[in-house]
Amino acid sequence: MPHIIEVADLTKVYRMGRVSVPALRGINLAVEPGEFLAVVGPSGSGKSTLFYVIGGLTSPTSGRACIDGQDLSQMSDAERTRLRKRTIGFVFQKFNLLPTLTAAENIGIARDIAGNRNFDRVHFDEILRLLGIGDRLSHKPFALSGGEQQRVAIARALANSPKILLADEPTGNLDTQNSQTVLQMLKDLNRRLGQTILMITHNPGAGTFCAHRTVHMRDGRIVEP
Amino acid sequence: MVNRLVWQNLLHRPIRTLLSVTAVAVEITLILTVVGLSHGMLEESARRTRGVGADIIVRPSTSQAAMGLSSAELNEKLQDKLASMPRVEMATGTTVYLLTSNFQTITGVDLAGFSRMCGGLKYVAGGPFEQPFDAIIDEVWAKEKNVTVGQNMQIWNRNFRIVGIVEPGKLSRVFIPIATMQDLMGWRGKLSQIYLKLRNPDDTATIIGELKQLLPGYYIYSMAEFTSLISINSYPALGTFIRVVIGLAVTIGFLVVMLSMYTAILERTREIGILKSLGASRLYIVGIVIRETLVLTLLGIGAGIALSHGAKGVIQQYFPILTVSLHREWWLWAGLIAVGGGMLGALYPAARAARQDPIAALAYE
Ligand SMILES: Nc1ncnc2c1ncn2[C@@H]1O[C@H](COP(=O)(O)OP(=O)(O)O)[C@@H](O)[C@H]1O
Ligand SMILES: [Mg+2]
Repeated sequence: MPHIIEVADLTKVYRMGRVSVPALRGINLAVEPGEFLAVVGPSGSGKSTLFYVIGGLTSPTSGRACIDGQDLSQMSDAERTRLRKRTIGFVFQKFNLLPTLTAAENIGIARDIAGNRNFDRVHFDEILRLLGIGDRLSHKPFALSGGEQQRVAIARALANSPKILLADEPTGNLDTQNSQTVLQMLKDLNRRLGQTILMITHNPGAGTFCAHRTVHMRDGRIVEP
Repeated sequence: MVNRLVWQNLLHRPIRTLLSVTAVAVEITLILTVVGLSHGMLEESARRTRGVGADIIVRPSTSQAAMGLSSAELNEKLQDKLASMPRVEMATGTTVYLLTSNFQTITGVDLAGFSRMCGGLKYVAGGPFEQPFDAIIDEVWAKEKNVTVGQNMQIWNRNFRIVGIVEPGKLSRVFIPIATMQDLMGWRGKLSQIYLKLRNPDDTATIIGELKQLLPGYYIYSMAEFTSLISINSYPALGTFIRVVIGLAVTIGFLVVMLSMYTAILERTREIGILKSLGASRLYIVGIVIRETLVLTLLGIGAGIALSHGAKGVIQQYFPILTVSLHREWWLWAGLIAVGGGMLGALYPAARAARQDPIAALAYE
């Protein structure tokens, strides 16, 4: 099967005025469709940056990053924006729901941005059932618990049936109980619906619990554990 | 869905929204009131001039188009000469002094002749002149100055006794005997202008032609022509003043909208980052800022139109002598001007939001 993600010799250098921060120093990585990959590593090792590049939020400095056969390093800003709409779904540690909108509207705006007309209601209802937030949709984020907010964020990330779900420490702000629930749901999404998932985690146990495979990062490189 | 987001954004910061709407409302009120006041005063002046009931107006060669006169250069004998023309029913001359304090005029009239021409002054109190230092005022002036029959009024530091109050609409708000005015101003035997009434108004054009032959260099207008000259175009300084006020008003609206949207963008760094992570294009982000600005300005325009009607009410309550006319076509113009200023103000914040780096907002959690 062709890889859905293929990263080769990828580097990313942040420039802040005269200072250059090399965040990625030559990453090689391949992910198959339907795979659940965990990424672990110390803080500052470049995990988030890797996700931003794969997710098209920023351009790579050098190397190749092919998503679903398209090379991000050759894409314009506008093309990467288009890729984010339908191919990528982001989940963040801090949930990042729009605070003034209800849960349902947060999901709706993702569809609106993508201009998603042939939206698969049945499929999405199944996702909502799996996430167990059907009765919380009319609430605004402040009225939801952390666990509920993160589940809404997952639903929003999946609203346009992206090929890849990128979750950056999705349980980093949750207590043990809620963490376990969210991890179980991500695992279910992957096992039952075949959703490709990349997840950053600081907790190696979380990786072994739901991922097929775990890669370790340090100083902008993928290393042996 | 975007509209919902725009609306929620506005509700999220009610004070800021209120301030921006108020600024635009003030902008609109300022424009509508200044334009309405200028047009209103001129329209009112034209209406009163038509109230004279004349068909033709003769003015000396030295007078500037429709400007107030404060001079008397026509020989009184001309009045009789014109009156005796075959198709002229009557002629009456007046002397005019323009009060620079409120752009109203003191008019010297031959009361008998003037009354006949205008179809009679309608007295609501008192009656015609009896003495040289008698004055007749209209109801508006009486209300503005809070005076009544029997009281004195000062004109050129002289005491005039108010003997009559008349309904407004006949040329002037203050009348005094023409002889008195000629004496006081040193205009003996002179008139500021002469009004002609024809036996048949259809002859107006022909007679104007004849008069122009007879009185070369004089300004000779039909009533329609003369009143059409009472417009902003005849008063370049007024036009400039209006443009300056509009300019200032738009600047206020522009600056407040710009500042408001700019702070909104700064505090929504994260939200913009989130929208971008969801795939929102620059255009989409710009669209949100533009819509938000548009809602602000439209609300402000609505409030401003309401406020200008309030301002009109207040002005006419406390300054009856001032006339404000709020034409609908000016609502549209003022609205377009405000929308234009608002959009200009939204430009920089919108561009900044569109250019914002999503990960700068999302990365450092
Ligand atoms: N927007 C940015 N500008 C400059 N430097 C950044 C930015 N984001 C991250 N970095 C730097 O890049 C390195 C990797 O950061 P990050 O990808 O966030 O690592 P991790 O997610 O593993 O903690 C760090 O040294 C961090 O300070
Ligand atoms: Mg990180």
